[in-house]
Amino acid sequence: MLRVPVTPHDHIAGSQNAPVTLVEYGDYECPACGLAYPNVLRVQAYFDERLRFVFRHFPLQQIHPNAEPAAECAEFAGAHDRFWEMHEGLYENQDRLGLPLFLTLAGLLELPQADLRNALASGQYEPKVRADFVSGVRSGVNGTPTFFVNGHRHDGSFSFEELAAAISVRLRVTAPL
Amino acid sequence: MKSRGSKRTVQFLGPGAAAPDFTLPVTPDQNLSLSDLKGKPVILAFYPADWSPVCGDQMTVYNEVLSEFHKHDAELLGLSVDGVWCHQAFAKDRRLHFPLLADFEPKGEVARKYGAYRNREGVSERALFVIDRRGVIFWSYLSPIAVNPGADGILDALERMSNRVGGAVE
Repeated sequence: MLRVPVTPHDHIAGSQNAPVTLVEYGDYECPACGLAYPNVLRVQAYFDERLRFVFRHFPLQQIHPNAEPAAECAEFAGAHDRFWEMHEGLYENQDRLGLPLFLTLAGLLELPQADLRNALASGQYEPKVRADFVSGVRSGVNGTPTFFVNGHRHDGSFSFEELAAAISVRLRVTAPL
Repeated sequence: MKSRGSKRTVQFLGPGAAAPDFTLPVTPDQNLSLSDLKGKPVILAFYPADWSPVCGDQMTVYNEVLSEFHKHDAELLGLSVDGVWCHQAFAKDRRLHFPLLADFEPKGEVARKYGAYRNREGVSERALFVIDRRGVIFWSYLSPIAVNPGADGILDALERMSNRVGGAVE
């Protein structure tokens, strides 16, 4: 179960009043998360206002050396209200993660590149990323990506069909009688 | 817990049982005994095999959670029936910062002592044990073999153990 409830401090896409919340714990360098990324976009489009999507960081730093700086880069963009644009840029360019890409994406989003460089060097957003990671560990995240649908860990695959099926089950549960 | 189709001679060990001591190779030329760690909480993580898929790998996740385990002064040991050279290659590839013990010869002997061996497949269960400072099992969990149990159960157990009267200094 998701131990740390979704709050306004989270990165939330979609309607506040959506009956179903999909939370992903992900890592920008994880190939499986990269494969899941288009499937998440599809379920968002499919369920539209019935679904809100939340992304939390779970960087596996020892096997993915770019995962932590990428997460901090996304947080930097988030501090400028551009989290989802950066999120998209990172997953769309997963095969070339690194400082040059982070700076390029920041430039494209018209974010101050020098500030990003300083934020990464000082670890300004590290505590936020770590807080996400620890909340994931306490909730039973066992690898990346791990999804929760209305707080329940989704142990199926991250195919569009299985994610959509899990969301549909919760929609039926939460539908008014 | 009931076994799932595998014959076991020792029942899966639960809270209150003395943790059976063992000595196993930890590198090609070094052994480690459970009793070497007496006085510290110890986490035993039995798993079926090295080299499961990267991102969902249990040991990879535990590697990232080590600092949380260390807050409780706990040491983590991974155990499988893989040989010591296999463990060495796996640990290097995944950059693991905790010991992997080779329960290789006699095969699965330690897993059997804990009631965590699958005779049919010849591998250990996905089983977790949290052992207190006195060498007594405080918590154990037998996971369905295909489900990576994550680290939350371990951390909950370590917290409960630290919070019990005298737990931190027994």
